Amino acid sequence: MSEPSPVERIKRESRGLRGTLAASVADPTTGALAEDDAQLLRLHGSYQQDDRDVREERRLQKLEPLWRYMVRLRLPGGVCSAEQWLAIDAIARRFANGSLRLTTRQTFQFHGIGKGDLKSTMAALNAALIDTIATCGDVNRNVIASSNAVESPAHAEVAEWARRLSAHLLPKTRAYHEIWLDGEKLEGPAEAEPLYGTTFLPRKFKTAIAVPPTNDVDVFAHDLGFIAIVEDGRLTGFNLTVGGGLGATHGDPKTFPRLADLAGFLPPEALLAVAEAVLTTQRDFGDRSNRKHARLKYTIADRGLPWFIAEVEKRAGLKLGPPRPFAFASNNDRFGWQAGFDGRWHRTLRIPAGRIADRFDQPWLSGLAAIARIHRGEFRVTANQNVTIAGVEEGARAAIDELISSHRLDAAERGGPLRRDALACVALPTCPLAMAEAERYLPQLLGRVETLLERHGLAGIPLSLRMTGCPNGCARPYLAEIGLIGKAPGRYNLHLGGDARGERLNVLYRENLDEGPLLEALDTLLGAYAAERGPQERFGDFLWRTQRIGERRAPAA
Amino acid sequence: MRVDADVDVEAKAGTWIEQSVAGARAELASAAPAGEPPRLAVVTPLRPVAPALASRDAPVEVELVGNQRITARNAERDVRHVTLALPERQFEYEPGDAIGVVLENPTASVDRLLELTRLDPSEPVTAGGATHTLREWLTGRREIARISRPLLERLATRSGSAELKAQLAPERSAELRGLIKTLQVADLLKRYPAGWEAAALVEALHPLAARLYSVASSRREAGDEAHLTVAVVDYRHEGERRVGPASWQLATTQPGTRLKAFVEPNPRFRVPGDGTRDLIMIGPGTGVAPFRGFLQQRIADGARCRHWLVFGGRHRERDFLYQLEWQEALKRRKLARLEVAFSRDQAHKVYVQDRLREHGRELYSWLEDGAHLYVCGDAERMAPDVHAALIDVVATHGKRSPEDATAYLGELAQAKRYARDVY
Repeated sequence: MSEPSPVERIKRESRGLRGTLAASVADPTTGALAEDDAQLLRLHGSYQQDDRDVREERRLQKLEPLWRYMVRLRLPGGVCSAEQWLAIDAIARRFANGSLRLTTRQTFQFHGIGKGDLKSTMAALNAALIDTIATCGDVNRNVIASSNAVESPAHAEVAEWARRLSAHLLPKTRAYHEIWLDGEKLEGPAEAEPLYGTTFLPRKFKTAIAVPPTNDVDVFAHDLGFIAIVEDGRLTGFNLTVGGGLGATHGDPKTFPRLADLAGFLPPEALLAVAEAVLTTQRDFGDRSNRKHARLKYTIADRGLPWFIAEVEKRAGLKLGPPRPFAFASNNDRFGWQAGFDGRWHRTLRIPAGRIADRFDQPWLSGLAAIARIHRGEFRVTANQNVTIAGVEEGARAAIDELISSHRLDAAERGGPLRRDALACVALPTCPLAMAEAERYLPQLLGRVETLLERHGLAGIPLSLRMTGCPNGCARPYLAEIGLIGKAPGRYNLHLGGDARGERLNVLYRENLDEGPLLEALDTLLGAYAAERGPQERFGDFLWRTQRIGERRAPAA
Repeated sequence: MRVDADVDVEAKAGTWIEQSVAGARAELASAAPAGEPPRLAVVTPLRPVAPALASRDAPVEVELVGNQRITARNAERDVRHVTLALPERQFEYEPGDAIGVVLENPTASVDRLLELTRLDPSEPVTAGGATHTLREWLTGRREIARISRPLLERLATRSGSAELKAQLAPERSAELRGLIKTLQVADLLKRYPAGWEAAALVEALHPLAARLYSVASSRREAGDEAHLTVAVVDYRHEGERRVGPASWQLATTQPGTRLKAFVEPNPRFRVPGDGTRDLIMIGPGTGVAPFRGFLQQRIADGARCRHWLVFGGRHRERDFLYQLEWQEALKRRKLARLEVAFSRDQAHKVYVQDRLREHGRELYSWLEDGAHLYVCGDAERMAPDVHAALIDVVATHGKRSPEDATAYLGELAQAKRYARDVY
């Protein structure tokens, strides 16, 4: 057995995630935290980052990097009330960089918060009954669930399960309250963590619940997934999926994106016990020496699915049934007004890269705040970086439409399907892992791809394109028909062949391309697609059928 | 007592010294209780300027090899870390010394003055036995940024301005000081128009004095370089740009350019010879410069004692001069304490003197343990505020009356354990 990774020691010695965080936050000589505390901070829901645009300039100025904090909310199922939206809006303006970022984990991120404003941010969130506990770090992250979960009573039940699951898998430590909310200081040893122990999980742990036919959460990309089985309008249980995960490391063949395995069926009341069993099995058997090999997917890949299922059944004290039939139609969002089962309405707005800011001709932050002031329902952040104004009475639709239109919040929706469905991670300048641009570069690239589509008479076809600045996969690029994964400034690996249902991984087609060769490669393939595609055949499916992306893996049936 | 002097420092200083010494004698004689040694007066000496002749006659060529900005892009002030490559010999300096840089006035400033006076730049002018063209005089030999009193007096006569004449009255000296602070020579000539002949102008202006900067390095660390910390004087006056000729020149000089410089020794402001003595260094803004040299020297000497730096500025993220170096020193435990006061990072303003009071107990205990105390930076407000805070600290934590606390600091100064380099 190799040595545990250094992060294991930090967690173990942290006294329930306290470390010296309070002192680090108070240190006036730096905008950073002590190294170990920066690691612990993640489990409190924040990453220490710096503005990479000025990193080198400041080094020459003998100034430390411009340290800033990303703060990620815990928002199970992506649901927040209108009042909470306004509180979040106020924090974005007052403490963050004046923008909100909707993430692929159905939550909000603030960027650009200074160390001195961290406590004020947490306190303001707490006043709105929101916390950030365990949204980053080696722990179960924000639990996501299909956002269309307002279309039948079963959907509402699923949303409730997401909340219960999130609460059930929270750490027990009160460190968060102590450090950020001036809670009472704990004397003596840290609180017991029956679920996590002193070292929590070997690595991040992501959980999703999908409600077919929508796979907007990309359930197979998760360590732990539940596919709701709705029979005759009633939630009868869940299919369990385990061992999905998209992160990889360039040039390290021991790392790879992996789709989750379908493990069996369970009744609704077994959900918490099964989730706990999956989590603790990974806690006890996951690789704690190599963080690049520490996700659940490697534990299952190394030990086999039968072993894993047996372990989970033993821990949960039940037998999983055979998986029940289900069918996913799409992993995208539906835009425009949708009628709910109860006569209320839901409108999903397209927010490119999830970035809500007041831009010159698109005052979106103000627009959504204006809607929050009159909206009596809730907001739902989708796993595709969009937002749904949910639960609107028929009579209230006109006023909301008026605000949408006056703030040009429908501007992005009017682009073609390519623009409507594309995803990008944050990348530069804030993400320390980014090797290339993503969010800032995507609009420009999409414009060029659109030009190609027009040239081949393909304008307006559905096509999924997802881009990340590094191989860790935050925008789930490995599931897209066209996946672009940052390798170096201006250079990307081109992956091709995902489906539009989140059930098939794409494959690496060309490495390290800059924009010219990238567009050339797409141009050739789109030309062939235009000439040879079958009726309704999608680009990803076409590439597999015509064997243009090799024979490494047969397309899913 | 305080007298403000500019380039006319020698004339001013002569009178000031005479009066001060007489005054001090009288005060000490009356104030000292019988049987006790007379209490020392605490004075704020202006930094002595190099004897004009020696400085101007003996500068040597150095090469400017770097003028890196060390405040962030959104900082209010542009502060440069200027690196000078020194010739092999002839340029010995110690941390605490100042370096004089011989400069020329910016062409734009000279042009503006010529334009205003409508004088011919090529006209030869003889003064003090030397003959140069007017442009040469104004560029490299005469002060055209700072205003001197003789110039004001001559201008009052020439312009016949009653207003200016009235401002020269002794009771309006504060107002006059304000005027001198904000205006440059050309601004003054514009405000009080008068006819000037080239020779008269040259004669009315003071010789261009070298600007002195505290050296920010130790040769033990910097080798054949000297480092300066230069705040660039660059502001707008009535919509027009005004620059300090020296800092502007240093900031805009291309690396590789040679210029003339000299050492101005400052023996009163030195790292103690005794390597076991702790140092408390209070240097907000560019006042931190000598302490960079102090610390370099002590680290190189392997001194085993504690160093405490108190720094201040407006914003931690914008003008924390040499932040990375202080952090590194903290990490390596070469700096025992670093207290910072950033006045605009919170709702209420915080200055270095506030930090001294906050940490008064430790500060006093360091002093009792024999620490040497240094203050460098602004003479007008910072130094008196810091001095008052030190009196408070000694009074509070040494359980002394304010008078005794003042005397305690006086004794420190006399023992060369409290030194100031303020300007």
